[in-house]
Formats: sequence, structure tokens, C-alpha cells
Amino acid sequence: MTKNLRVKSSEYIDETNRISFKFNGKTYHGFKGDTLASALLANDVHLVGRSFKYHRPRGIMTSGSEEPNAIVQVNPGTNRTEPNVRATEVEIYEGLEASSQNCWPSVEFDIGGINNFLSPFFPAGFYYKTFMWPASFWEKYEFFIRHSAGLGKSPTTTDPDIYDHRNVHCDVLVVGAGISGIMAAKNAAKNNFKTLLVEEKNELGGSTIYENNEFNKIDSKAPSEWLKKEIEELKTIKNLEIKTRTSVAAYHQYNYLLARENLTDHLEAKDKTNKIRQRLLKIRAKKVILATGALERPLIFNNNDRPGIMLSSAIKKYSEFYGVACGSKNVFFTNNDSAYESAISLYNKGINVEAIIDIREQSESKIVKKVKEAGIKIYWSHSIVDTTGYKRLNSISIMKLSNDGTSVTGSKISISCDCLGVAGGWTPAVHLYTQSGSKLKFDEEKKVFLPNQNTSEQISVGSCGGDFKIDEIIKNLNQKLKDTLNINETDLDSIKVEIDQENSKRNIWLLPSDKPIGKTKPFVDYQNDATAKDIKLALREGFRSIEHVKRYTTTGMGTDQGKLGNMHALGIIADTAGVKMGELGTTTFRPPYTPLTFGTIVGRNVGKFFDIFRRTPMNDWHVENKAEFENVGQWKRAWYYPINGETMHQAVQRESKAARESAGILDASTLGKIDIQGSDASEFLNRVYTNAWSKLAIGKCRYGLMLNEDGMVYDDGVTTRLGENHYIMTTTTGGAANVLGKLEDYLQTEWPELDVYLTSVTDHYATASLCGPNSKKILKKIIPDLDLSDENFPHMSFKETKIGNIQCRIMRISFTGEHSYEINVQASYGKDLWEKCIEAGKEFNITPYGTETMHLLRAEKGFIIVGQDTDGTMTPIDLQMDWIVSKKKYDFIGKRSLYRSDTMREDRKQLVGLLTDDPNIVLEEGAQIVSELNQSPVEMLGHVTSSYFSPNLKKSIALAVVRGGKDMMGKKLFVPMENKNINVTVANPVFYDEKNERLNA
Amino acid sequence: MFLINCPYCGERDQQEFKAGGEAHIERPKQPTELSDDEWAEYLFMRKNIKGVQFERWNHAHGCRKWFNMVRDTSNDEIKAIYKMGEKPPAQ
Repeated sequence: MTKNLRVKSSEYIDETNRISFKFNGKTYHGFKGDTLASALLANDVHLVGRSFKYHRPRGIMTSGSEEPNAIVQVNPGTNRTEPNVRATEVEIYEGLEASSQNCWPSVEFDIGGINNFLSPFFPAGFYYKTFMWPASFWEKYEFFIRHSAGLGKSPTTTDPDIYDHRNVHCDVLVVGAGISGIMAAKNAAKNNFKTLLVEEKNELGGSTIYENNEFNKIDSKAPSEWLKKEIEELKTIKNLEIKTRTSVAAYHQYNYLLARENLTDHLEAKDKTNKIRQRLLKIRAKKVILATGALERPLIFNNNDRPGIMLSSAIKKYSEFYGVACGSKNVFFTNNDSAYESAISLYNKGINVEAIIDIREQSESKIVKKVKEAGIKIYWSHSIVDTTGYKRLNSISIMKLSNDGTSVTGSKISISCDCLGVAGGWTPAVHLYTQSGSKLKFDEEKKVFLPNQNTSEQISVGSCGGDFKIDEIIKNLNQKLKDTLNINETDLDSIKVEIDQENSKRNIWLLPSDKPIGKTKPFVDYQNDATAKDIKLALREGFRSIEHVKRYTTTGMGTDQGKLGNMHALGIIADTAGVKMGELGTTTFRPPYTPLTFGTIVGRNVGKFFDIFRRTPMNDWHVENKAEFENVGQWKRAWYYPINGETMHQAVQRESKAARESAGILDASTLGKIDIQGSDASEFLNRVYTNAWSKLAIGKCRYGLMLNEDGMVYDDGVTTRLGENHYIMTTTTGGAANVLGKLEDYLQTEWPELDVYLTSVTDHYATASLCGPNSKKILKKIIPDLDLSDENFPHMSFKETKIGNIQCRIMRISFTGEHSYEINVQASYGKDLWEKCIEAGKEFNITPYGTETMHLLRAEKGFIIVGQDTDGTMTPIDLQMDWIVSKKKYDFIGKRSLYRSDTMREDRKQLVGLLTDDPNIVLEEGAQIVSELNQSPVEMLGHVTSSYFSPNLKKSIALAVVRGGKDMMGKKLFVPMENKNINVTVANPVFYDEKNERLNA
Repeated sequence: MFLINCPYCGERDQQEFKAGGEAHIERPKQPTELSDDEWAEYLFMRKNIKGVQFERWNHAHGCRKWFNMVRDTSNDEIKAIYKMGEKPPAQ
């Protein structure tokens, strides 16, 4: 039923190793060494997909990563499925399945194909123009648009594969293993440079490896023969690492490159398990040699997108490398000599070449003469004006081209064919070069953008540097290698090259048709269905910048990033607007060069390695006792401890009551702790806190508020003076690292004269906070020798002592308003300490409480939480904490800002308490506060920052920031919610034990 | 990603560092004697140059030391690195 187009054995195809695979549900056969594309072509399958907008049938166009049409879903319906994969890059293996994308119900019959016949109604900007009005309808439009468009399908189950990252450092990185890359790598490694050579394909040698122009010779040998020997030699060189199937995705500044190494995609499913699928190489190279080659351009003419229309160079590669004929009646359409090489390649294998259509007037090169001798008809100065064949090309029509190339004349000739090779010249692959920040310059003669200003240590060699002929390549490569590696001789010095000299070119970006442009479909971007007329329309509508035209027409915005069509788009814009291409510039080439999988990007940072988290030494106890956890910064903190199926509310109410009525215990190990030492430690604290520190006695603790230089509250915590020149500062859990950073900044840059040393000791200590009226009795049981009297150990003081043999630091400080102790021991004893406290507290019904209860208890006392009740716009005055701001100190961080006109405004938002008129209604944190209900628009006075139901007060309490709230005590305000308005009254934020009597209870 | 030559540790990846804004803005010794405008000038006003800029950087995930960098913001070329307190190189 299907034809076998395998024409000749190729050394790269193992015909003894027959492989079966499925495409769109049908089984085909290929051989080891085939790509999905070459195997399909060998089975005479050209139609592989549908285009994005018009759903036009599309075939395989190229043989590499630049493929715009043949993008497939690999292994659909499995957990290894991957969308948008280029069939030209998939190496086949037994059991491979692939399917077409963007078509329904099938690629052969696609309902969306009707768009093709409606295409006059789908010009550039169609979606923008049509679906904007009325705006409220967008949601309805979007559903249908998204449903009918779209490329492949993402996998919906967990990826079974392992991905990896590796850092690589090398002296020389060579990107691309064509003739230039191979010779560059060889010479670099031989000269003792640690060299890495990466190649996106599985074979080394680039296009030279199947070079068949008999008129080109290197050292009297065919270039392919010569290069094969070099490759053999390459594999024996020390200092050189070669990575195939490795594609550089990004080239960042300072020679930092990201490459994706593909390790198992070409293996059968059974060989993939427990292996690393893809590895992201993070390469830092001293020097980079780009040998990325060039991409052949198509020609832009009417209906240039039919299955069977391919790049001329791809036809040559399929024939020479894969031993596959892409058609049985072949025609070439060209503006340069390279199509003749492809024609001869087919001719030599006995494949029929009907004709060559050449837009040039003539060419005198030897390869052209050979084509003439072979009897192949050449139509000089002709252009293709139309093609036919819906799912497969079946004929072309050609006409004589006018002298200026803008129109066609004479009679139309029709040529029957099933495969058309187009050759529009070569575009250097400068994508990576520009990603590195280096700048291009347009070469008006060669009609290409070439590397011009390098920003890092790099060279571009071979065709990506603008050298297309082997003699130029070798000569310039040799000189560039000597310059960049600083060496005097290379292997290239003695090489003798003969080439087929003639190479004339005629460049016409948009070829004319006998029809007006409005009636034609000359595709520029195949994947996104952008045609030359769309580009012209964009220009007529006033777009000028290439970046705007790109976005308006979507040219170059597909998964192939316009690797084939971008130059034509630029050329058409330049011709239409009457400017030089060099002046237009190019659109920006952004990473990745070819798409990366998410797996490669995240590597091993999945599951529990997704983000760093920190656990306290008591963590196991919390887990055993069924605590629920919350994330605070990177910490996992016990949130509440539900028992007997309690809800969070029930658990928190119970914990809060217990802590005030008898005893509670909190794991406070996560608080930031900074050890401060040095003869200027007191002076330093004076400068960083708002209050005074010089007179704090040794063994005493003090609460401090830290501001930013703009006067806004930054952090708070208790600092204890351990010795004359020794303090320990505590910070908020989330702020620890930033506070240390900020303090270091001031010490190193503003006050280097101060003798102060800072050390983070957060992880060194575990902290249990024991609170409640029975806390003293519990501590007494644990440390019977310690005098806990108020005289010896008053509130806001510190003792260094021992629990058994374990050294501990105890601060009598309180964040709950209850009599409480914070016990610090070396972290490794944390769990023992905790269990000892629980054991000793049993008779007092000691209740472990989590962060939620801690928040509730401190809210009852009106204590702020930096970051919850403050948001970087609150001064201590706004918080009604004037008492902590020293009037006497000459300076501290943020002091001057407290006297700015803005921070002194009376109507700033200030922290107040709020009580709901109905004590059972708990406000929502973040709820807005207003003073009028019947105003429109209503002025927002502030918002609720903390809100709880207090079991100790048996009513709802809240903290809020309210504009001018300081003077609103007792004022009635409203909190409007979706379904009701809640009446509230401004109150003192200290709801509980205003006189602090419980601290000494 | 830059390759930054920390004056204390040598060449390291940019991800170990934190940028700290414009360099050579000294905190006023007597803030209380400054007018609101003068204080605002110190507090808020920063240059945002396309071209050569003097910056503070911190080797946050390394030695934690602050240092200065001269960087061309148009192409991210690092022109010089010097320690805190040292004189900036002549342009």
C-alpha cells in the first residue's frame, strides 16, 4: 500500500535493525538511525500536521531543529508524552508512538481546515480586531478560540523520569560539530585547552559529512571522507569531552551557557527506567567558539506550504544521510547553486529530477554544468507562481520573471511533481551569538546578518560567521583560532582545498505571482500561518518597528521562533517600506534556542526538594502529637495541636485558655538569634534600635524596635545583655536573615570604625517558651536550684544556668502577657528540653500551643507582629509606640525620617483596636473600614490587620490601621462585607490586662 | 549570569551575590541638621544610568562582605571591583 522510498544503503542507517513504530495509530517500519521524519518519508508519508490558524495540511519541511511544520505529540496518552516535538529530531525506537497535533478528528480530515477557505476573513490582527467588542463577551470568545487553536497536549500524570543538573567549567566550549566545530575543538584540545564540544544531533560532522559535490576537495579527498578521518582522530584526543544529542538552549553573558543533554529519549521504554532522561549543563567557559552553522532559507511564493515542498538541503540530507528519496518526481526551485548539489545527489541515486527552476539568469559553476549534462531541464529566470495538491503537492506552475524581479510574464508552464526542493540561500545561525549580548551587522552583499561586536571572549566560525565555502571556512577558521587561542600553528595550516568557484545569487524576498497579492498565500511563517500579505497589511496599518510587526502578525512567534522565515519578513518589510535591511535591525532572539522540558529546567528540585524547608529540633514531637503545620519563611512551625477531631478554631480556643489559666508551651526555636560581640556593641545597638541601650545592665533584657532609614518599622525583638561587650539579639522568624544582612551592611559600609562582630546563631539554639500562671512552678521542678523569686529573677532579666548537665540560657520575657520563660539550650538537646517541660508540666495540664494561639494571645495584649500589623508604611508613631522612640539619642537608623512632613501628618493610618458591636462576629483580616455607608465612592479609612475570637475575653477582638485612628477612640465605624455591614467601635488595642499585672502573677 | 570577582574570594557566580544599589552615597553624619529636601535627596534619589555606574554588591552567600563594582549597565561589562573604603578608579 505504501511505497518504500529507501533508495540506497547509508552508513548511518542500520538496515539489519528494523524498527516498528506507530504514527497516528498506524504501524510503520524504519531502521536504527532513522529520525521519525526520515522513517515517515521512507514510507512516503509527507502529511504530518496542520497549521495553526488555517489548519492547512503541512508536511516535513526540514531535517533539523528548525522544523516549523512537522511537530508531533510523542507517546500520546502515556505519562511520558511530550507535545510540540520536532519529528526531524526524534530518533525512532521500537514501540515509539507519535501523533499529529492541531487537528480534529484526524490529520487527514480536519474540521478546522474550513478556516483555510475562510482565510480572507483571518488577516493579521484578526483576533484583536474582531473579539474586542463588547469587552464582556471576551470570556465566551476565548473558550472557542482556545478550543480550536492550540498545539499539543501537556502530560496530565506525574513525569516518571529523572532529570539532572551539572555545572561544567571549561577553557573552550565549541558549539556545533560540523567541519568548523570539529577542527576548532581538535586544535583547542591539542593545545592543552580543556575543551567541551557539544552537538545537537547524534552524529558528528554536520552537513560536510554527507557533502557530495565532487568538485570540492580537501587534501585531494572528498570533504566527507576527509572529515570522517578527522572525527576518528578527534575521539582519541585528551582534554576533549564530546557531548552529542546536546543542544545549547541559552547563551548568557560572561560565557554562561545552558545546554540540554538528551540521554534516554532515543531508547526503548524498557531502557529508560531509572536513568537520567535529560541533563541541564550549566557551562561557564573561558572562551566560546560558536560553530552553529547556517539554516537554509525557503523561497516565498504563492502556496509555498504544501506537503512535499521541502528545503533543498533537507532533500539532500534525506537522500545522502538517511538513504531516503523524498519523492519520485522531484523539482527544485532555487536562487543559488546549492539546489544543484541536491539535484545531483538524487540523480546519482537514480531518482528522477524533472526540472530546476532558477530565478537567476544563469550560473557557470561546474555543478550546474553537470546538471545540464545529466539532461535535467533548467528554467532560468523563472519563478513558481502557484502550486496545486491539497494533501500532497502534485504540480507547480511557472512563469518567466521580469528583469526587475517584481512581476512575471509570458505563458504559464505547468510541471507535474510530488516533491519540490526550495533553496533560498543560507542564514547564519546567529541566535546564540546575539543571546550573549553581542551585536550583529547586516552584510548588504551576502544579504545576511553577521557577528560584529563581541561582548565576551567568543568567536563565530564557519557558516555562522558568514563563511559558506570550504576554502573560506578553513582560511578564516585558522586565523580566528590562532588569534583567540593565542597559538602559532594549527592542523589547518597545511590543508589544501579545491572548490567549485562559481556562486552567483539573486535575492528576491517575495516572489511575484500572476495573481494580485491579495489572492495569494505566500507563507513566511509556516507554523503561525503568517503570509507576506499579512506583513504588508501591518505596514499599511502603520506598523514600522520590526518588533511590532512581529507581534501583530505573529511572524516568528511559534515554537520554531521563526528560524526559517524571519529574514524574509525583514526583507519584505524593508522592500515595502523602502528602507535598508541593516537599518531595520532584527527581532530579539531569546532563549531557549529550542524548547526545553520543564523537567530539565527544574532538575532534581521536585517533590520534597522543590523548596528548602527548616525544621526545629522539636519537630518530631510536634509530628507525633498530630500538630498541624504552617510555613513561616522557610520554617515549618507547629500551627495548632488538634485533639479528638477538633477544628482549628476549637483547638486554638482551648490552647489559648489553657495558656492563661494554667500553663502553655510554645516552640520558639525559629526566632532569629544574632550573637553580637565587640567593644562597641552597645553603641551599635544604640544606632540600630529606636530606644537607648547603653544603660542596660548585664543580665537584663530589653524590647527593641528597628526601623528602616525611611522611618518605617522593619523588625522587632528582645535583646539581652550577656556581658559587658556581649549581647544576644532576637529577631522575627521571617526577618532573621534580612536583619543580619542589614546590620552587616551598616557595619561594613557606614560604620567600619565600630568594633562589633555579628554571628547568626539561630540554628544553634532550641527555644521552649513556657507561659502561664503555673510556668514558674514547672520551671522550679526542672531546675530546683534556681532562685525564681521576682527579686532574683524579675521580668525582663536573664539567667545562665544548667538543667542537669545541660547549659541553658533562660530569659524571663513574655509575648503573651503571662508570667513566662524562654528556655534556650544547644539545639541538639531541644527535644529533651521540650519533653522534660511537658513531663514536669503534666500535673498543671501544660498545653502545647502553636503559632495561631501565640498570635491570638499577643493580640489580646495588643502586641504587634511586624509584617502582619505593619506593612512597611508604619512608623512607631503610627503604631502608637511613641514610648519606645528615644528623644534623647542624637541619631539612630530612621530617626530623621520620623520628622519628615509626610511621617508627621496627623491623618496617617494608625494602629487601633476594634470591637464589634456584636461580640460574636469575628472580622475578616484585610477587611476594609469606612465611616460612611451611603457615600459613593466611599472613602476607605483603613483595614483590619489581626482578628480573633478571644476565649479569655469571650468576645471578638481586632487590630486595625485606621486613618487618623489615634483620635477616634470610641468612634463608631463600619466594615462593609459582601452581604452585611458590620458595626465596630474604635478601642484601645490592649484588650487584656492593661496594667500588666499578670506578668508577675 | 555575571561572573563576579569577589575581592575576598575570587571569581564566583552572580547567584552568590546581592546587588545593593548605587555606591558612594554616604549616610549623613548629622541627619538632624538636614532639611527635608536634603534628607530626601540622601534617602530616595538614586541614579539610573545607561552606561558606567558605580554600585554596591554583597557576597551574600559567600563571605558576606560588601564591595564596590563599576559596571556598564548598557552591556553589563564589569569594569572594576574594589573594596569598601577604597577610592573609585578614575574613569
